[in-house]
Amino acid sequence: MTTALAPAAHPLRAAVRDTLGVGMGLFPLGLAFGVLITQSGFAWWWTPLFSLLIYAGSLEFLAIGLFLALTPLASVAVTTFLVNFRHVFYGLSFPLHRVRGRLGKAYSVYALTDEAYAIVATKPAEELTSARILAVQALCQAYWVLGGLSGALVGAALPPGLHGLDFALTALFVVLAIDGYRSARDVPGPVLALLCALTALLVAKGQLLVVALGLYVLALTVRHLLRERGRRAL
Amino acid sequence: MPSDRYLLTGLGVMFAVTFCLRAAPFAVLGRLRSSRLVAFLGTTMPTGVMVILTVYTLRDLDLTAHPYGLPAALGVAATTALHLWRRNSLLSIVAGTAVYMLAGQLLTP
Repeated sequence: MTTALAPAAHPLRAAVRDTLGVGMGLFPLGLAFGVLITQSGFAWWWTPLFSLLIYAGSLEFLAIGLFLALTPLASVAVTTFLVNFRHVFYGLSFPLHRVRGRLGKAYSVYALTDEAYAIVATKPAEELTSARILAVQALCQAYWVLGGLSGALVGAALPPGLHGLDFALTALFVVLAIDGYRSARDVPGPVLALLCALTALLVAKGQLLVVALGLYVLALTVRHLLRERGRRAL
Repeated sequence: MPSDRYLLTGLGVMFAVTFCLRAAPFAVLGRLRSSRLVAFLGTTMPTGVMVILTVYTLRDLDLTAHPYGLPAALGVAATTALHLWRRNSLLSIVAGTAVYMLAGQLLTP
């Protein structure tokens, strides 16, 4: 009974357990994406193409409108850069050094989404094997792509009562914030993050993510410098 | 409907930019890994980023008009309380979403 719970022994089983909560958020959101894209006039097979080539949830929703408006490719590139800029920060604390092999690393970077980062970076590094990280990322993508396909095929047949399912994504981030706190036990960090997010909401709602994350990294850097100075003064 | 060629090129642009963003920090990470600042960011960033993403998903809430963001507030409260109590991600997410949807139904005239 005790060995069955050891995460290193069964990477896939551990990854399934790691990703179930996220899957509850990803699958319905993928479903919503599939419904939206087919109702916008795209053939169903565009859904997996979007999910495999873009593979960044919020950008995929945005892409439908951008493409229908025949947005110039340069604008598409700039929008992608701004919407996905937060991913630059994920690499700083994602344990890619634990993933083995060139192909494995390439896939791990390609599939470094909000959700994959959240699951992996909030776990103690000693629990993470290469197989477990890759399985977590592959499962996340499977939930997303399968959700999208189901949504595209089911289309408008979904009952209207399902409206509001996308709140699962909010609940998911709340849960992951609590998990992250349990792992790091740091109070000023999340408080600073909330202040940065609310500031960005007030001054730059359209670029909330980029502004809030930039401010947060700045605040943490200042905090680090103050701590270092305090340490040196002792 | 846009042409297939335009759509595929657009998807290719999004793929390339996203991959470069995701890969960029690793290109300079060898030097950064021994840095105390990066170690500090590594432990403090994940929780804060989740807080920011939570606010981001709620950015379009209208607190000035009925139902004053109440379904979302109840949903977040239910999710938080359940997760502090039972530590079961699936349960917290499903129940929190159910509370949100139910409150939305009940509060919409």
